[in-house]
Amino acid sequence: MRNLIVFLWRHNFFFLFLLLEALALLLVVNNNYYQRRVMINTTSDITGGMLSTVDEITAYVTLKNANQILSEENARLSNRLPSAYLRTDTAQFFVGDSLFRQQYQYISTTVISNTINRRNNYMKINKGRRHGLRPDMAVLAPNGVAGQIIEVSQNFSSVMSMLNSNTRINAKLKNSNQTGSMSWPGRDYRFGKLVDIPSHVSIHIGDTVVTSGYSHIFPEGQMLGTVEEFSPAPGDNFWEIKVRFSVDYNSLQYVYVVKNLMRDELLQLEKKQLTE
Amino acid sequence: MLLTNILRFVAILLLQVLVFTNVGVSGYIYPAFYVYFILLLPFETVGWVLLLSAFAMGISVDLFTNSLGINAAAAVFTAFVRPAAIRILRSAREYEPGIAPSIKDLGFRWFFMYAMILILIHHTVLFLVEAFTFDDFLQTLRRILASSAVTLGLALIAQLLFVKQDKK
Repeated sequence: MRNLIVFLWRHNFFFLFLLLEALALLLVVNNNYYQRRVMINTTSDITGGMLSTVDEITAYVTLKNANQILSEENARLSNRLPSAYLRTDTAQFFVGDSLFRQQYQYISTTVISNTINRRNNYMKINKGRRHGLRPDMAVLAPNGVAGQIIEVSQNFSSVMSMLNSNTRINAKLKNSNQTGSMSWPGRDYRFGKLVDIPSHVSIHIGDTVVTSGYSHIFPEGQMLGTVEEFSPAPGDNFWEIKVRFSVDYNSLQYVYVVKNLMRDELLQLEKKQLTE
Repeated sequence: MLLTNILRFVAILLLQVLVFTNVGVSGYIYPAFYVYFILLLPFETVGWVLLLSAFAMGISVDLFTNSLGINAAAAVFTAFVRPAAIRILRSAREYEPGIAPSIKDLGFRWFFMYAMILILIHHTVLFLVEAFTFDDFLQTLRRILASSAVTLGLALIAQLLFVKQDKK
């Protein structure tokens, strides 16, 4: 026993290295596997508070630019208002007495930290549980999809960016309504990948790709990007499509969190379907 | 000496998480400048202090960047190879107590080699652990080389700035 301790002590540099390196790698693996859970620790209000101070400074510097984006966006949003409402089918039966019922609620927030140069990118936004935000809500930039919330603390939320290997978004081609799955293959933050579009569908460069709305997270028809190039996936009857994102993820500042007011109802319906 | 290093720890950490983390040029480059702290620890630093302070630096950066463990793993590895790197690099002067691993004490050539070796090792571990795969190694390699070059540049600039100050 004594010899063992002497041995360990003599090589303490090496053993301490092994210990710390193992600890670090354990953290990495856990972090990759249970990312959502571990994130609670890092969405802490301490680091969040500091980052939001930095953001206040940069926000002031870019105020002019931000104002312009906001006013452009206001105009766009006014045009889009009816799409936030679900038309209830009055031809069959009456539900209440309203023609439209609100399905999506938009909450504006500010991005306080954001990365684009990792394989798995996240951002933090300055609203949290206190403001009604919950995991799995959609996050939209003024001109397209930004990501989805994966963890909330009291005042801040962590958002899994579109630029994350775990992000899959139900997408469709706007003109043919063919649905597929949108993800980010890494490399370049300007381009994403759309798969699962059958190869008999004709595609053109420049076609618009939007969200399909099937996931109950993103409203239907949110801009994702445009087709940059496409080729048949090897050994497969599907296209592999390179999509240019409509959002510049390097300059995100103001984003909207989207609350689907009818999500619970839709999920319950699906649950019933499964149990029957 | 201890106080200098603690102050340096805080200053470099803040610089890293508030400035350099946000300076992603073209998406490829992530200058992990905080490795400069490990480079500058005095020669007489005991092994376990070296490893623990590197771990503390790495994990602090991780907490700010949602990458738990990645920077810590790279930092600890860098601290582990540092004594070997110092042994391999010959210098005109003995590594006696009181002289620091800096351009001022050991010359530009020595510091350049020393910083380049350790920064390359650090970034290699960092980006490999981050990618967690050898797939598409060429892309990872490009990121390693580009980011290392930027970090090395920043380390040299920091050195030159401080050498100038000491002469005054």
